[in-house]
Amino acid sequence: MSGFARRSAAALADPVRHDNVRRFSERAHDHRTESVAGVDFEALRDAGERIRSRSVAEMPALIDEFEANLERAGAIVHRAPTGVDAAAYIAGVVARHGSEVVKGKSMASEEIGLNERLAADGVDVVETDLGEFIVQTAGERPEHIIIPAIHKSRADVRELFEPLAGHPIGDEPAALADFARAHLRERFLRAQVGITGVNFGVAETGTVVIVENEGNGRMCSGVPKVHIAVMGMERVVPKLADLGTLLPLLIRSGTGQKITSYVSMIGGPRRGDEADGPDELHVVILDNGRSRVRETEYASVLRCIRGGAWQNVCPVYRHVGGTAYGWVYGGPIGAVLTPLLHPQGGLDELSQASSLCAACDDVCPVRIPLHDLLIGLRRDRANAAAGAMEKLAFRLWSLAWSRPWLYRISTRAARRIPMNGRGRPAAAHLPVIGRWLRSRDVVVKR
Amino acid sequence: MTAMIGLFSTCLGDAVHPRVVRDAGRVLEAAGVSPVPIAGATCCGQPAWNGGFVADARRVARRTLRAVAELDAVVVPSGSCAAMMRLHWPQLFAGDRDAALAARVAPRVFELSQYLVEELAAPPIGSHTGRAVAYHDSCHMLRELRLHDPPRRLLAAVADLRELPRSDRCCGFGGAFAVRYPDVSTAMADDKLATAQAAGAATVVSADPGCIMHIEGRASRTGAPVRVVHLASVLADAL
Repeated sequence: MSGFARRSAAALADPVRHDNVRRFSERAHDHRTESVAGVDFEALRDAGERIRSRSVAEMPALIDEFEANLERAGAIVHRAPTGVDAAAYIAGVVARHGSEVVKGKSMASEEIGLNERLAADGVDVVETDLGEFIVQTAGERPEHIIIPAIHKSRADVRELFEPLAGHPIGDEPAALADFARAHLRERFLRAQVGITGVNFGVAETGTVVIVENEGNGRMCSGVPKVHIAVMGMERVVPKLADLGTLLPLLIRSGTGQKITSYVSMIGGPRRGDEADGPDELHVVILDNGRSRVRETEYASVLRCIRGGAWQNVCPVYRHVGGTAYGWVYGGPIGAVLTPLLHPQGGLDELSQASSLCAACDDVCPVRIPLHDLLIGLRRDRANAAAGAMEKLAFRLWSLAWSRPWLYRISTRAARRIPMNGRGRPAAAHLPVIGRWLRSRDVVVKR
Repeated sequence: MTAMIGLFSTCLGDAVHPRVVRDAGRVLEAAGVSPVPIAGATCCGQPAWNGGFVADARRVARRTLRAVAELDAVVVPSGSCAAMMRLHWPQLFAGDRDAALAARVAPRVFELSQYLVEELAAPPIGSHTGRAVAYHDSCHMLRELRLHDPPRRLLAAVADLRELPRSDRCCGFGGAFAVRYPDVSTAMADDKLATAQAAGAATVVSADPGCIMHIEGRASRTGAPVRVVHLASVLADAL
């Protein structure tokens, strides 16, 4: 059994988790559908595609501009070629300032294994996004990029929080959130360093943009003495005005809101005359394979703004969740991005983990042709030696079915094979048909 | 000279659903078209194309491409195969000796309901039977060929057409996907069946043999009381 098959079977075997992921991703999809009704979302998608295509095409120059503007404002920029380098740099900054870190949601930090790296140094890192806090408390990984604890029910959360609280909380969402709020508030006030992700980096102005609903991102970036923002290098955009297009695209796609409760635009560390803000702002620009991907036929995947609509609409994701994809990102973006950014992970089978239904293409806010990219990756895989058996099977198939007489014999014969599985037909022992017949019959319409 | 219209039976039509092909022929006859037999056609090559095996896809598709080369129109009772031939054959044969032929043939390929409604602008086929049906949108027919209304128009004329909630969601077939990840694929079929049952749809209609084989095959195994029928058969039954 392949890794994806094994992990997805485990996900399907847990009925509560299966039901939660299915229900909440469906609800998120419905919210998106409602939020794009009545606006010319297709025109917005066209504009978003143009901006992000330009961002990818001009990425090196835009990163230089972004860096220069940030440095002018007093920020410290570190360009990390690899995840290991990024994590080491961040660990170094943290070590100079203390051992307590509050952290906002960041998939880039998941990608570089930051929490594990900091924990190895004895740093106490707490996730402050409620969903991430739940997942961290459970010792798990985010199951969804926008709704990390999508698989957890209230009862699950109560069981995780009550031991932390040392008293009963019950499973009312408001009571659970109140507990987290009080618990995290102390941590915000104590922490020496705050770490956040970055939704967009504006080259023109050197602005770090963070989009969130809980205020924890603003607390992480504004309360501790030091703020470290971790940004995948593809998140750079040319102009401040581009946010007028990209923020509505991102937010309507992700949460179905018109605007999130907080949109922070950070222009640098605290200046002498300002009351609030960190004394030090570090912006870590993470490459980790992105420059390499930019040179390939898959460059369009770097347009991604992590809206997450693809995840909610994906019929495979809905059943298996994000961690079944084996790395950080689930759904079709995970299936495309994982083999590209994490080639040593042995996860190139992910391009197969799609029914090629193309639903993601229809919702992607920046029109990434995910369907074509998946087929492209399958082509690469077919050309590689990895699929030798499959290669042979397709060769034999094509030799047979390019001959009409062999085609006729094989299709006529197929009609006669009894394939009603309840009688354990002989066909159940055949290689490909047998896998079909494990859970389905073949009903011939004569 | 009368136009030569071919009915392409598709591999699933030949191997699993011969009745669907006969029904599609009857429907075309009723619309005033006499399809000619297509000698030497096999499969459109989609299984290999979707798997990334371009040379194998080309080898099989070339046989079919040449078999339909002289036809004025090719009617296909499968949205997925029609999408392969109309949209992906030009990509498959790009730079190949048959590139020009593929480019010429592609726009002459039509999914059955597309041909009846958009090309023939045929009047309603068959009479209303009062039968309650719900339509399942197959992925490539809806999202690649963008055919939402034509099958519904035809169905509404002969049956009591109900909307299937989330009719656009994949049934889990996906070709090789169905045997590579049977657990996930089957869970998707169960979703489709549960949705149909919750909506009170005892008959689900699709224009794609792949979806029908999958949804019906799962219903047969679990005993779910859902019939899964091809659009061509619903229309033929109403003649």
